[in-house]
Amino acid sequence: MEYIIAGFFQAIQLIISGDNQTWSAVSASIRVTTYSMMASLLIGIPSGFILGYFNFPGKRKLRLAVDTLLALPTVFIGLVVYAFLTRKGPLGEFGLLFTLSGIAIGQTILALPVVIALCATAVEAMDRNLRITLISLGANRRQLFITSLWEVRFGIIAAALNAYGRVMTEVGISMMVGGNIKWHTRTITTAIALETGKGMFATGIALGLILLLISFIVNVSLSLLRKKN
Amino acid sequence: MSCLRSAICMMIMAFTMVGMIVSPALSENPVLLMATTTSTDNTGLLDYLAPHFTKQTKINLKWTAVGTGKALELARRCDVDVLLVHAPDAEKKFIQNGYGVNRREIMYNDFIIIGPGSDPAGIRGKSTIDALRGIAAKKNDFISRGDQSGTDEKEKLLWKESGLGIPDKEAWYVQTGQGMLTTINIAAERGGYTFTDRGTYIKYEASNGGSPLLKILVEGDKSLLNQYSVIAVSKENCKNAKYDLAMKFSDWMAGKETQTLIQNFKIFGKPLFTPNAK
Repeated sequence: MEYIIAGFFQAIQLIISGDNQTWSAVSASIRVTTYSMMASLLIGIPSGFILGYFNFPGKRKLRLAVDTLLALPTVFIGLVVYAFLTRKGPLGEFGLLFTLSGIAIGQTILALPVVIALCATAVEAMDRNLRITLISLGANRRQLFITSLWEVRFGIIAAALNAYGRVMTEVGISMMVGGNIKWHTRTITTAIALETGKGMFATGIALGLILLLISFIVNVSLSLLRKKN
Repeated sequence: MSCLRSAICMMIMAFTMVGMIVSPALSENPVLLMATTTSTDNTGLLDYLAPHFTKQTKINLKWTAVGTGKALELARRCDVDVLLVHAPDAEKKFIQNGYGVNRREIMYNDFIIIGPGSDPAGIRGKSTIDALRGIAAKKNDFISRGDQSGTDEKEKLLWKESGLGIPDKEAWYVQTGQGMLTTINIAAERGGYTFTDRGTYIKYEASNGGSPLLKILVEGDKSLLNQYSVIAVSKENCKNAKYDLAMKFSDWMAGKETQTLIQNFKIFGKPLFTPNAK
């Protein structure tokens, strides 16, 4: 119990004092999640839209596959990505192992099913009459797409937040693909794992609180966006 | 529809901006990637040596701390350039297979058996083999790394030498599959015995304010020596390996100055490693 209280005070102290190691981990976490979120939103929103909006053969099966991938374990993604990125692996020549970009690839795989599935659900739940109304008003395909996307914007924000929560908190991919290298690929979560392993529980708790704080800031900014619109 | 575009732009910008707050200046120095064992990292030895190394050689040292088994595997797959490990038998096999070259002994410490101060199996001061037999006879909890690290290999070897074999299936033989400090902490929680290198134990002792639950019960046996070596990844096996940098690191570790640094590395006033490079 005293670890939690000590951790709370240490968190405040680490933030105020600008501790280099903590900032390095915070920076690594934020950068890597930014890469993976951008990639997964860019690919995931259009894919989710298509999956939810159109009817095509095999749609249900594809949907089932995406929903199944929601349960992809992070250590498994880490292992598969490692197998691809290792020097002796198919993508070895790019030297992506032990880099933030490597972690971002794994995290994109983790986040994609979340973005696709939740976007598709949001689009499916959309009022079907909208389409008919838009077409009768003479909207072209592009206008139809953009208006529909606009209608489900809150669903997309929810999908983004969900995916963000998963990539920000995962440890398996970062540990296996990133290697927990100090100053380079040590993220907040791998730092927590390391500190716990070293028996420095209070530092681990402090880092966990900092992670929560970042999530809080992201959530608040997005909810402001929501209000503004 | 510009509303939507600006909303998406804002979302992307929000993520990007947060991402750009802090990005540490990357220096131009060449980078040497090392796989090492948890004991050199957990004790803080590398944190202490790396700045000296970078200052003197203008090479940035990056390391990932894993068990020796995984470290050797990373080197075999050409994912690192150099190794700092402590499993002589596995290392020799590794070199025989042509994966590594120029193994150089750098320093040593020793292994110890630690356990609760009350010593329920009565092993204090006994020889290593007798101690293991005592624990097995009393069926006392014994916490093993179980991760094919150098320490784990050594421990298994001792079980074999005791004539009992590895008590893999016994309920009292707990295999954590984790790093040394984690394993010590698990042993402390369960009131069990464990086998550790002295360096990590001193670190554990220090992080418990000098009065840890687990005490040293068996030490000083000749069979408990723990040798650390540097091995360069073979250029034959890995075209991309930075062999020159690896050899610079190896030379630097064996140098007189660095050996003194290692000698002077202390936690709680206790030296953790004894330099022995030739």
